[in-house]
Amino acid sequence: MAEEVNRRPYVREMGWRWIFRHPRYVRYMLREFSCLFIGGYTLIMVWGLKQLAEGPAAWQAFLEWLRSPASIVFHVVALGFALYHSITWFNLTPKAMPLQLGEDFVADGLISGAHFAGWAAVSLAVLYFAGAF
Amino acid sequence: MARSNKPIVWGPFAAGGTLTAFLTPVLIVLTLLAALGHPPDALGYERLHALARYPFFKFGLAGVIGFSLWSAAHRLRITAYDLGVRADTLVAALLYAAALAGTGAAIYHLLRI
Repeated sequence: MAEEVNRRPYVREMGWRWIFRHPRYVRYMLREFSCLFIGGYTLIMVWGLKQLAEGPAAWQAFLEWLRSPASIVFHVVALGFALYHSITWFNLTPKAMPLQLGEDFVADGLISGAHFAGWAAVSLAVLYFAGAF
Repeated sequence: MARSNKPIVWGPFAAGGTLTAFLTPVLIVLTLLAALGHPPDALGYERLHALARYPFFKFGLAGVIGFSLWSAAHRLRITAYDLGVRADTLVAALLYAAALAGTGAAIYHLLRI
C-alpha cells in the first residue's frame, strides 16, 4: 500500500525582484497595489462614520483632518490607483463574463464599453446627488 | 472531487472589485473636494447625518464598505504571495480578520447614528 510520504519538496525561492523584469509585471503590480489605497480609503470612510456618529464637533474634526496636506496627497494618489483599478477591471469584463447571443459572442468592446458608460453614469449621479455641482 | 473553499473568498472579492471599480473613484472625488476646501453639500453634518438615518443608506454603505475591504484584503493576500511571502494561511487569516473587523466597526457606527 501507500508508503509513507516523508520528503521535503523543493520550494523554489521567489523574491520580489521579478516584478521589475518586464514592464507588464510592473503594470500588474501597480494594479494589485491599488488594493492598499482602496482598502486604506475605505478605512478612512469607517473612521468618518465613527466621527459622524459622535456628533457635529467630531465630524468637524474629521473635515479638518481631510484638509491636511497628508490627506490631500493620499487622496490624489489614491484617486490615481482607484482609476487604474476601475479601468483594468472593466477592460477584463469581456473575459470574466463573455456574453453569447445566438451563434455569436457579443464583441469585447461592447461589453467593456457598456461598463465604462455605466461607470460614467454612476459617477455623475453620485456627484449630482451629493451636490458637488 | 477536490473540495475547495475558493468560491467563498473569491465571490466577495469579485463583488467588491466591481463595487470599488464603480464607486471608489467618485467617493474619493467627494472627499477630495472637501480636502481642497469645497465640501459638497452631502458632506455637511446635518445632511449626512439625516441621510445616514435611512436604513437603506446604512445597509448600502455597510455593503460597500464590507465588500471593498474584503476585496482589498483578498488582493493584498495574493500580492503578498506574489512577492514571495509563503505564510499564506497566516496572511489570509490576518487580512480577512481585518476586513471583517473593519466591516463590524462600520456597522456598529452606522447603528449608532
